[in-house]
Amino acid sequence: MSVQVWTYVLVGITFALYIGIAIWSRAGSTKDFYVAGGGVSPLANGMATAADWMSAASFISMAGIIAFAGYDGSVYLMGWTGGYVLLALLLAPYLRKFGKFTVPDFIGDRYYSKTARIVAVVCALIVSFTYVAGQMRGVGVVFSRFLEVDIDTGVVIGMVIVLFYAVLGGMKGITYTQVAQYCVLIFAFMVPAIFISIQMTGNPIPQLGMGSKLNDGSGLYLLEKLNGLSTELGFAEYTEGKKSVMDVFMITLALMVGTAGLPHVIVRFFTVKRVKDARKSAGLALLLIAILYTTAPAVSVFAKTNLINTVNEEEYKNMPAWFKNWEGTGLLTFNDKNQDGKIQYLADKEANELVIDNDIMVLANPEIANLPAWVIALVAAGGLAAALSTAAGLLLVISSSVSHDLIKKVFLPNISDKGELWAARGAATLAVVIAGYFGINPPGFVAAVVALAFGLAAASFFPAIVLGIFYKKMNKEGAIAGMVVGISLMLFYMLKFKFGIFDGGKVAVADLEKDWWFGISPEGFGSVAMIVNFVVSIIINKLTPEPPDEVQEIVEDIRIPSGAGAASNH
Amino acid sequence: MKERQKKASSYWKENVRYLFILLSIWFLVSYGAGILFKDVLDNIQIGGFKLGFWFAQQGSIYIFVILIFIYVRLMNKLDKKYGYDT
Repeated sequence: MSVQVWTYVLVGITFALYIGIAIWSRAGSTKDFYVAGGGVSPLANGMATAADWMSAASFISMAGIIAFAGYDGSVYLMGWTGGYVLLALLLAPYLRKFGKFTVPDFIGDRYYSKTARIVAVVCALIVSFTYVAGQMRGVGVVFSRFLEVDIDTGVVIGMVIVLFYAVLGGMKGITYTQVAQYCVLIFAFMVPAIFISIQMTGNPIPQLGMGSKLNDGSGLYLLEKLNGLSTELGFAEYTEGKKSVMDVFMITLALMVGTAGLPHVIVRFFTVKRVKDARKSAGLALLLIAILYTTAPAVSVFAKTNLINTVNEEEYKNMPAWFKNWEGTGLLTFNDKNQDGKIQYLADKEANELVIDNDIMVLANPEIANLPAWVIALVAAGGLAAALSTAAGLLLVISSSVSHDLIKKVFLPNISDKGELWAARGAATLAVVIAGYFGINPPGFVAAVVALAFGLAAASFFPAIVLGIFYKKMNKEGAIAGMVVGISLMLFYMLKFKFGIFDGGKVAVADLEKDWWFGISPEGFGSVAMIVNFVVSIIINKLTPEPPDEVQEIVEDIRIPSGAGAASNH
Repeated sequence: MKERQKKASSYWKENVRYLFILLSIWFLVSYGAGILFKDVLDNIQIGGFKLGFWFAQQGSIYIFVILIFIYVRLMNKLDKKYGYDT
């Protein structure tokens, strides 16, 4: 069977599976819709969290970015896993004990204020929309290459599927589809990695293959070989970076803290039964995520080495089929500048003839390595699982922010459970349409946009939640001021240095690099904005009255794990 | 009432002490070994890996997973000790 037939078969089967699960796990109440009834097992929640977490950026873009960035790509590896340690130790158990539905719920109650709740809703919406925009492009890329439909049609198909199970099943439907999606995506990621690891090094474990000797008889270690190839072509050594230590430090910190502050991740820990389940399921989630995250850097090394060996100084007319196919999508371009009919892949921009988008490395990798058609199709199904599972989780945050935090808690407190459920479904539908718009008019490449969402989450939620738990005397004035200043500062920096809107648009961005504050990139600036948030919160807190006694009692209560069952029945 | 509060606050103190120790390790393996001291550690080579590079792309992640499971164990024990495990 051809790759395309295999792709239709595998994508068809997985989609049918997701829809089947959605029908089986329909939501009957708002508690089902928001937190899956609060009775999800730690393992199921761990799997769902892992799928929710690992987006198109993790599955499709990350290994590609690392392949081109080398050591600098480590920021994503450490940043997107280390945040789970913060989440497990500092947030998840206490938020579970608190036992409400959403992150703005916590902020609103802990800081006894509607204003705080509304600020939190606005932050949640900004973060989630920034993030969901990144997913849609992932869906579009997979569809356009493997199913040979138009990118726009691809986005619409993806949206209809998500709409179906998110609107019907809410958190309950999403949780169980995410469990299935985790299985699909991890299988799809590991199979080609294992194949290629055996092919190149003879070691079936990619994590070890990456550090093994090549089995081409040269006796060189794979990483040595790649360092050699990179310097030969004028690039930096693969195991060295170009970014400053300061910037690497700050980006890693922003990604870690952002991970712990992302509403769609935090909300997953509201779905388990007890506090100890929340801790355990954070551990399981990271374990399941680590399987992909420790394999990804190996995939990067394999793919980069294979790519250079396959294309550099080779005749263009002898290029394999995958090369022509990707040229068709515009994500890979060849321009024979010196007219010798061969491909020169070089660091020097003037002489380089080959431009490859980060996003295609994982998808093209099995083809570059000549793996069987079903493996290539499997990767397409995996990429879709990763993008759809994350999109669904984000859409749920958006819809619950609107229906629960705005409609129920602010505008229409007397709305019935049934009415709120319908409001949630309406909000989810609207959110899908807006996300679809972003998918058709994508705002840039996947991981760059996603990385900014972390900065925004780090700058807004993380300090407010941590102070809310660990600093009993933290009051509403401090928390609100901190969130507003933090997210505004991050937005300003991102608009100025990433989008150049104050200096003549995107063309000006490269020149602005020298003006970066303390040499910190927009991706890393979330760390600075977070620190500013902490400082502002604490100063304002000192100048304004203490929180009321009953709020301080809430804080004492969430620090103790027993009795969480009762707290969630409200 | 007083007894209950005392118990709660000593539970919290032990919890915070665990957090401090575990987060110090978290910081050392990622920001320390993977970033700040990467160049020094890169002088040591294990198999095909330079050690600093290995910490940044592999080692730190393994240790993160282990840290959370250690935390789960410690807290389950602590909950039992204080009778908060019901």
